[in-house]
Amino acid sequence: MSTVNVTVTVNGVERSAEVEPRTLLVYFLRDHLRLTGTHIGCDTSNCGACTVMLDGKIIKSCTLFAVQANGKSVKTVEGLAENGKLHPIQEGFKEEHGLQCGFCTPGMMLSALELLQKNPHPSEDEIRWGISGNLCRCTGYQNIVKAIQYAADKMAKGEA
Amino acid sequence: MIPPSFEYHAPGSLADAIGLLKQHGDEAKILSGGHSLVPLMKMRFAAPAHIVDINDIPGLDYLKEEGGHLRIGALVREADLEASAVIAAKFPLILDATKLIADPQVRNRATIAGNLAHGDPANDHPAVMLALDAELVIEGSGGERVVPITKFFVDTFETALASDEVLKEVRIPIPPAKSGGAYFKLERRVGDFAIVGVAAQVSLDGAGNIQSAGIGLTNVGPMPIKAEAAEASLAGKAPNDATLQQAGQLAADASKPVTDNRAPEDYKRAMVKELTIRALRRAVSRAEGGN
Repeated sequence: MSTVNVTVTVNGVERSAEVEPRTLLVYFLRDHLRLTGTHIGCDTSNCGACTVMLDGKIIKSCTLFAVQANGKSVKTVEGLAENGKLHPIQEGFKEEHGLQCGFCTPGMMLSALELLQKNPHPSEDEIRWGISGNLCRCTGYQNIVKAIQYAADKMAKGEA
Repeated sequence: MIPPSFEYHAPGSLADAIGLLKQHGDEAKILSGGHSLVPLMKMRFAAPAHIVDINDIPGLDYLKEEGGHLRIGALVREADLEASAVIAAKFPLILDATKLIADPQVRNRATIAGNLAHGDPANDHPAVMLALDAELVIEGSGGERVVPITKFFVDTFETALASDEVLKEVRIPIPPAKSGGAYFKLERRVGDFAIVGVAAQVSLDGAGNIQSAGIGLTNVGPMPIKAEAAEASLAGKAPNDATLQQAGQLAADASKPVTDNRAPEDYKRAMVKELTIRALRRAVSRAEGGN
């Protein structure tokens, strides 16, 4: 079985592994790099649990081959906190009770990150639209929206 | 789900990609956005021995107005259409449709060319491009050819593309002044495939009558449908209720829906009529400068 060497900058650190071309990015992250914060939910590019950023854009890592990320950079939930300090989005989910079981949370936070990078002051509708690729079966989304609003406010204050 | 094994190729140029396609024939599949192909591979509906990944080929991600056309390169993503000023200003129909495709993550990857090349009547861009009278620029080992969208769809999941050809560019005529378009999509939930989708594009003359109209239908037949009788019925007419009702009926008559887990056939046909009327009404309103 032929393999290819894949090197990806994950959360700022260059990581390599020998994988089959058919290895999906989510398995590369979880099984080869042991970064299990990225979850596998539906495995059919519907639920968004496997959402990560590839070169700054959110994607579903169950629908991209790891070899396609070769030479590119990936950000996962493990890369959100810096120097032991929670990212404002993580803080928002904590403060506003934006999770119950937590399964969708890593993907949800990465979608929130792209949304807030593109639109630092989103309306409630824009937040709901921004997370429309991430399913949550617990919360009814209400507190997730609040968590993202919390993060938006906090990040705006940080800029000032 | 783990896709079946394959050999991976990442050519650096279109010529190299075409060379690989020629060499491996039906054993090869092009990978661009991957949101049709990868799920099909996971479900074992597709098992190509060779994957030709075109994502790293430079110069295919352009979106520009040139020579009276909008030219969309093979690697333009749905998210690029969503963010484009020229799309927002001149192609509200495309913007409507793009926003209703899947979700933000998928739109960051999925390409308009792939949406067409997959040949799926449930995809949204085929109806949009039928309404806009697009042309497709195709390159293969025999050179380049331009195919009108009406000759592109051959059967369900079958297009005019040969196994050694790449859909290189989608070329759309820039609509004249006083034009507008709209896409209406009935779906079970956000980002799903359409139960019924209708794309409408109209241009008005100086008196406010309909000069020309384009209507495309999504997911109501084995192939995307251009509702030609409905289009013809609108030419030269004032865009009043009677005119739009008649066009809606003709579009419904042109549809060939089947009963499935989304909806029964007669309901889908009724929805083709209603959505055609609504899409035309909004297209006319936009052509008049409204929203």
